[in-house]
Amino acid sequence: MLKVTAKHRRTGFSLDVDFDLPTPGVVTLFGRSGCGKSTVVNIIAGLLHPDEGRVALDDTVLLDTSIPIRLPAERRRVGYVFQDARLFPHLSVAANLRYAERRAVGRPYVTFEEVSRLLDIGSLMHRRTHQLSGGERQRVAIGRALLTQPRLLLLDEPLAALDAARRDEVLPYLQTLRDELKIPMVYVTHDFDEVLRLATHVVLMDRGSVTAQGDVASMSLDSRLRSIIGPDQVGAILDGWVAGFDPASQLARVEVGNGTLNIRTKPLATGASLRVQLLARDIIVATHAPQHLSVRNSLQGVITRIDGDDMDADLITIDIGAGRAIDLGTQRVLARITKAATEELALRPGLAVWALVKSVSLRGYPLGACRPQPRS
Amino acid sequence: MQWLNSDEIEALRLSLSVAARSVTCSLPLAIGFAWAVARGRFFGRTLLDAFIHLPLVLPPVVVGYGLLVLFGARGILGGWLAGTFGVHLVFTRNGAALATAVMSFPLMVRAIRLSLENVDRGLEDAARTLGAGPCDRFVTITLPLMLPGILAGVVTAFSAALGEFGAVITFVSNIPGETRTLPLALYTALQEPGGEHAAARLAAVSVTLGLGGLLLSEWLARSLRPLLGR
Repeated sequence: MLKVTAKHRRTGFSLDVDFDLPTPGVVTLFGRSGCGKSTVVNIIAGLLHPDEGRVALDDTVLLDTSIPIRLPAERRRVGYVFQDARLFPHLSVAANLRYAERRAVGRPYVTFEEVSRLLDIGSLMHRRTHQLSGGERQRVAIGRALLTQPRLLLLDEPLAALDAARRDEVLPYLQTLRDELKIPMVYVTHDFDEVLRLATHVVLMDRGSVTAQGDVASMSLDSRLRSIIGPDQVGAILDGWVAGFDPASQLARVEVGNGTLNIRTKPLATGASLRVQLLARDIIVATHAPQHLSVRNSLQGVITRIDGDDMDADLITIDIGAGRAIDLGTQRVLARITKAATEELALRPGLAVWALVKSVSLRGYPLGACRPQPRS
Repeated sequence: MQWLNSDEIEALRLSLSVAARSVTCSLPLAIGFAWAVARGRFFGRTLLDAFIHLPLVLPPVVVGYGLLVLFGARGILGGWLAGTFGVHLVFTRNGAALATAVMSFPLMVRAIRLSLENVDRGLEDAARTLGAGPCDRFVTITLPLMLPGILAGVVTAFSAALGEFGAVITFVSNIPGETRTLPLALYTALQEPGGEHAAARLAAVSVTLGLGGLLLSEWLARSLRPLLGR
């Protein structure tokens, strides 16, 4: 558990945060630029001392201005990956990594060779840092941070300076760290796609304070998150598990709520966790069981609420988890339909409906095995 | 070295020796002062900065006079140095080194300070998160990144030390083989009848040394650039 409380005031900016984060897992600090996300990670790292605050990681107090305890950054055992990598320009890639390795304290849990393999940087070792591409720099920076054997890894928009192709090159490595090393991470980003692919938990920040927090599935339904990511990105996120994969059609059957979704993915093992995003604009709502349709996925549920959306549309929340034996957390989907359709179908809270979505509209994001398995 | 007579060779060797001592002793101090002025947060920092730069704006004779007052046989520090360590500065080559060091100190501090201000503090923060304490960070990150500025400062100060005239002649006089450095030898040659040729030769040596210093510093800067990833 990472507990952070901090108050910090500077001209034109004031920070007041208080949150507890589960470890291990990947917590994303999400919000618009300038909302104080980086300030929070700098406080956790010890690079910035808040006017008042307390930071505790499991049973170690890193900072407590009331006692006072103020562990210097170099003794916190908190790894930090900066947006601009900050590799030492006068050292080679290997020397950058060794720099961290030599200063590591505590019981090592990852070796130089493992880091080199996990991040695929073995071939870069003899290069000078200015000879690396943006993606390579970030991989080396991540490796360097890991070699200090940190108890917690902070990543401050590590992909923000990269173009889309480089971002896709680095993301799988971060997923590997999450799933294989199980190192707790605090990940700062303003890109929702990164939240979708990496996060287990989201802390939403706005103007120096925490406005909402929770696991990814429940946060995907939160109106405060919706207002930041924009109407086209709005949609429920469901973490389900793979019940089977059909190699012929390349479709995975994924159990979510009280139904099954067929999703086009790369081959997945049965039992693997998969995160699915169902964009609200792609969901069709039916008041009768669908027949004679090409749609591959239909989830039965009950309308729990109807919110007015911008642009003459309604956002319908449908609970699809009722009566389920397996606890998979929040199981709701969001559908955006026109107000005219709401009226014509006489949609109202409590009404049983079917949520329909085409397989090609769904995207799955592998989660490793960090989600709860079926109890049955 | 047929075209330099033994006195002139002596003056050249003395100049190099004085400049080398001057630079070697003032370098650590210059790094310390550059740090204090660039990074320090203390009362009187601006005053310290001005004080370091004083030799640049004062007539060298004033600096030499000041040194005489402080380090002369009956000076505050001079008496103590002679009594405690048996060190005499007036009329010695160590005194000449002190005078040149004081005169070239602002040049060295300036160059080092500039390079220190150019060091990315973010890299030092990165080193902190990797577990490097203050001394560790300074030696492994800050100092190597300051290296071009330090070398520039050393070369500039060395060249300035070779040419220092006013402060040296005021503080330690013009003693052949002890304090008669190149510029003093050149001055002496001009005072003597028939010394024009000697003066011309000494001037040629000065020009060669100066030019060599500039080329060396340029070459060092160029060969360091790739090492520092620029």
